[in-house]
Amino acid sequence: MSEVEIKKENMVHSRPRLILDEVMHYCPGCSHGTVHNIVAEVIDEMGLGGDTIGVSPVGCSVFAYKYIDVDWIEAAHGRACAVATAAKRLHPNKLVFTYQGDGDLAAIGTGETIHAAARGENIVTIFINNAIYGMTGGQMSPTTLLGMKTATTPCGRDAALNGFPYKITDMMTHLDGATYITRQSVHTPAAVRKCKKAIRKAFENSMAGNGYSIVEVVATCNSGWKLSPVESNRWMEENMFPHYPLGDIKCAELPK
Amino acid sequence: MAEKDIRLMKGNEVIAHAAVRCGCDGYFGYPITPQSEVMETLMELRPWETTGMVVLQAESEISSINMVYGGAATGKKVMTSSSSPGVSLMSEGLSYIAACELPCLVVNCQRGGPGLGTIQPSQGDYFQACKGGGHGDYHLIVLAPSSVQEMHDFVGLGFDLAFKYSTPSMILADGAIGQMMEKVVLAPQQPRRTDEQIAEECSSWAACGKGKRKQRNVCTSLNLQPEPMEELNNRLQRKYRQIEEAEPRWEEFMCDDAEYVLVAFGSSARICSATVEMAREQGLKLGLLRPITLWPFPKRVISEKAERGVKGFMSVELNVGQMVEDVALAVNGRADVWHYGRTGGVMFTPEDVLTELKRRIVK
Repeated sequence: MSEVEIKKENMVHSRPRLILDEVMHYCPGCSHGTVHNIVAEVIDEMGLGGDTIGVSPVGCSVFAYKYIDVDWIEAAHGRACAVATAAKRLHPNKLVFTYQGDGDLAAIGTGETIHAAARGENIVTIFINNAIYGMTGGQMSPTTLLGMKTATTPCGRDAALNGFPYKITDMMTHLDGATYITRQSVHTPAAVRKCKKAIRKAFENSMAGNGYSIVEVVATCNSGWKLSPVESNRWMEENMFPHYPLGDIKCAELPK
Repeated sequence: MAEKDIRLMKGNEVIAHAAVRCGCDGYFGYPITPQSEVMETLMELRPWETTGMVVLQAESEISSINMVYGGAATGKKVMTSSSSPGVSLMSEGLSYIAACELPCLVVNCQRGGPGLGTIQPSQGDYFQACKGGGHGDYHLIVLAPSSVQEMHDFVGLGFDLAFKYSTPSMILADGAIGQMMEKVVLAPQQPRRTDEQIAEECSSWAACGKGKRKQRNVCTSLNLQPEPMEELNNRLQRKYRQIEEAEPRWEEFMCDDAEYVLVAFGSSARICSATVEMAREQGLKLGLLRPITLWPFPKRVISEKAERGVKGFMSVELNVGQMVEDVALAVNGRADVWHYGRTGGVMFTPEDVLTELKRRIVK
């Protein structure tokens, strides 16, 4: 395909400067690519490309380090917030963020995440909640909705058999150290703009030393959900949003 | 010349003093007996007000080791300490740190196992420390102190070796060495490296913010392609062979004319040195070989002694027989190899060791 010359005045959108020219492993329709773009844009707009350390652990975001042009540490499954805690405490002037999915953050990494938030670490967590383990082939995660079919809940999640889904970001509202907690999505242009604003606010919050921030992004996994990208967005709006309502959950100052 | 700073201190306390004084950037730990004095001493020393060292009590050993991983990945000089069950929890993280070829220091002040076991001293983690512990083909550099002074000295040495070979080091102590008080000469305070020094010295690998670098640094042990993953393993093994060639350390006591040799490390070696003196008084030509590095194991010197005609080696350990396997491999059938040990926190006396040795010799 030949390069098409676009006049500057006609340019509406282009690859963010900090997004590397790599073929992404994410499935078509997946929310990860959009969130990556937003994160890259915000880091660049804040002028922090040379002063950022990204941390991503295991899950679909295991390859996130390939796409955003900043220094990166790959953490073990669930341990991103512990890794980021040390990186930030030892480099207090850098922007340190983790990028984690629901299996990683809300199951195996619950302890590390909650305690980093409780301590009020000046880090940001970008939390992609698509209610499923995408990378391992679509098994039930802690945020899988009741009735939702996955590889390990073939008849749908049954509370008696599989327990209830839980809202880890809502749980964090009780933590003094967690000062900015918000839930966003990226399924429409308006939602993308709101999500970008939230991520910027979270990054600014951490650079101001105001404690822990988390941006939950309610996301689609059309491969895991076995729906088309368009159907996934609709299914998310109808089923995910009632359980995981969008908007800011907590905006506070770190207690003295 | 300034006067020497001589103190009377517990082994665990000295770890904290040595860490601050060697310019350590960060300590991350979780309380567990019998090594909690390490973090307690650090919190009393308040090094964040003097050297700028970070000290953080984590929510678990899993978190501690992953904090160490995160700090090491940014080029900082970081450490943790724990005791046996806690080190089991750290083993996954150690595998990642070794795979990413990052320097760090871990102190294991061993207690008796398996399971929750006991808080009494043990040397039951020899296998865990020297043969892996975590998953995959990796090694730690393992230093075994047998005095409070060595607890001090091995903090600096452990970091030096870790940075020289870009690999994690472990001090494998035990509850006895950690809890006992001895005279120790403290090293003078070394400055911490500046961020500029780190950015320059570790520019090819440290993920500390890209800054003025052209290439960003990514710290990962993931490689789904078989050939590059095998190449990573080959590179690690080449490094381990270099370490095995250059770094074995040991101490000999009355080995020159010895017909029998005790092999013992850490607190066991202290007991065995008394056994050697008792045996010599009775006319028995006994020597002691104390491995200081457990990995790399000083196998060549044991092999040479077997070649020279030492009739028997007795590996004396506070376990049911772990290091004895390495002794037997080094001896390779040229002499008798025995093990003597106690567990559960029971310490043998010099007499116990001599009685067991004589029983073996008569057989």
